Amino acid sequence: MLITQKWDVIVIGGGPAGLAAAISAHDQGAKTCIIEREERLGGILKQCIHDGFGLVTFKEKLTGPEYAWRYIEQANERNVPVFLNSFVMDLKKEGNIFKLSLINSKEGAFYLSAPAIVLAMGCRERTAKQVFIHGTRPAGVFTAGLAQYFINIQGHMPTKKCVILGSGDIGLIMARRLTLEGATVHGVYEILPEPSGLTRNVVQCLQDYCIPLHLNTTVAKVHGKNRVEGVTINSVKNFKPIPGTEKYIDCDALIVSVGLIPENEIIEPLNVPIDPKTRGPFVDQNLMTMFDGIFSCGNALHVNDLVDYVSESGNIAGSNAANFAKENLQKRNLIPVTPKDNILYVVPQYVDLNQKSEVVIFFRSSRTLRDVKLKVYSDGNNYISKKYKVVRPPEMERIILNLSKVPSNISEINIELKGE
Amino acid sequence: MGKKLVIVTCITCPQSCAIELVKTKDDYEVSGNKCKKGKEYAIQEVTNPMRSITTTVKTIFKDFPRLPVKTDKEIPLNDTFLFMEEINSVLVKERLKPGDIVLKGIRNMDINLVATFGL
Repeated sequence: MLITQKWDVIVIGGGPAGLAAAISAHDQGAKTCIIEREERLGGILKQCIHDGFGLVTFKEKLTGPEYAWRYIEQANERNVPVFLNSFVMDLKKEGNIFKLSLINSKEGAFYLSAPAIVLAMGCRERTAKQVFIHGTRPAGVFTAGLAQYFINIQGHMPTKKCVILGSGDIGLIMARRLTLEGATVHGVYEILPEPSGLTRNVVQCLQDYCIPLHLNTTVAKVHGKNRVEGVTINSVKNFKPIPGTEKYIDCDALIVSVGLIPENEIIEPLNVPIDPKTRGPFVDQNLMTMFDGIFSCGNALHVNDLVDYVSESGNIAGSNAANFAKENLQKRNLIPVTPKDNILYVVPQYVDLNQKSEVVIFFRSSRTLRDVKLKVYSDGNNYISKKYKVVRPPEMERIILNLSKVPSNISEINIELKGE
Repeated sequence: MGKKLVIVTCITCPQSCAIELVKTKDDYEVSGNKCKKGKEYAIQEVTNPMRSITTTVKTIFKDFPRLPVKTDKEIPLNDTFLFMEEINSVLVKERLKPGDIVLKGIRNMDINLVATFGL
């Protein structure tokens, strides 16, 4: 059956960002639906069974599933329609309307259209193939998230004795999870001189279970024909292996936790400009991309370290998408927010000076710095000065810029971190 | 004799405060914590470290083979694997909701296992 349903706002993705976006778009009076490719809502939170979520929003320590549940309930209370097990095949624009082609097993191919789209597809893991490891390609090389899915969703143990490459938070959390379920985690190996995950996770996931963390060390080679039989590790200096430091470790799996990449393939045909630093689209403070009518939020926009901020961005994108669908926002007067000294990236990358509201700005420092001053300025004007005891690239910082203080005739806003 | 200094990383929130403790006669001098919870955590951590357990239990449902669960109170860190042993014997036969009790009185203590997602 060929159907085309008309909506005001279509949200692609039913994780924390998409749920928050759909709820806020609905509350703004927009006819809103969610498209989810899995069989239930909640996104990656369904498998993040550990706690520590929601401290900012709910002032309590929730597990991932509990956090997701609160938003699923809110969406259910509002009867927001959800297309489950549904996959977006194509997204194109005809006049002022976006047309989505989708498939699922119930409808077959079907079509939805709306003047505003919210992208909330989240991110995916870098795989072992995207980092340089020699050797064979046997079974038993998993990303940390895949191992997490096997254990927490399916109830299968993917390994008895393993090595974890990468000390990002998911790698650390999986070290604990695997140990708790009876596996031996030989160690976590990190190529950098410091752990990339939060210190609290190094403490409660590794130290609690006496799992060693080896810094300046990487996995150089995988051994085994059908299944991983071992790996060779290597000490590293300036990303180069130090000859003579190779060590063989007997194990049946290599778990890799080497970073996350926003998932934005859906918008490639529309040529929505993508920030090479965040791998998400360039956006303004309303989280509208450079393509009018397309909004982005959550980890599809940039990889967040707290889910609270994912929901916050969903909320912003959803309500602005609803406004856009209703009255088509006025023409934008966009100027760039430019990352200067020691700033890795900034989101949003643009602000629309036709709006004078408060703007939430996130940034990451490009390296670990102590006793630094943040400055947000344009020629002659200083908008924000803030001191930080320490800034680290893994820890995202959030600031508020009041645009009523910003003159309408400037050409860019700069943001920098400098030592005092 | 010099005073013994212990540094504890707080795991209460992602700020990961490095909290310094110095033992006094019958208490601790605590510094470096950004909130009240940090002080409580640090003293608990050096006397008897406590943690929540979050894990999954088996269900009879094909579409939902594992239910995520947590202990409703913190348990002594050193007893983690004793708790895990009992938790792993659970088989869920009902469609539970978050907050529903999965196992009452684990290890005969006043600690329950509760569901953290709905089946």
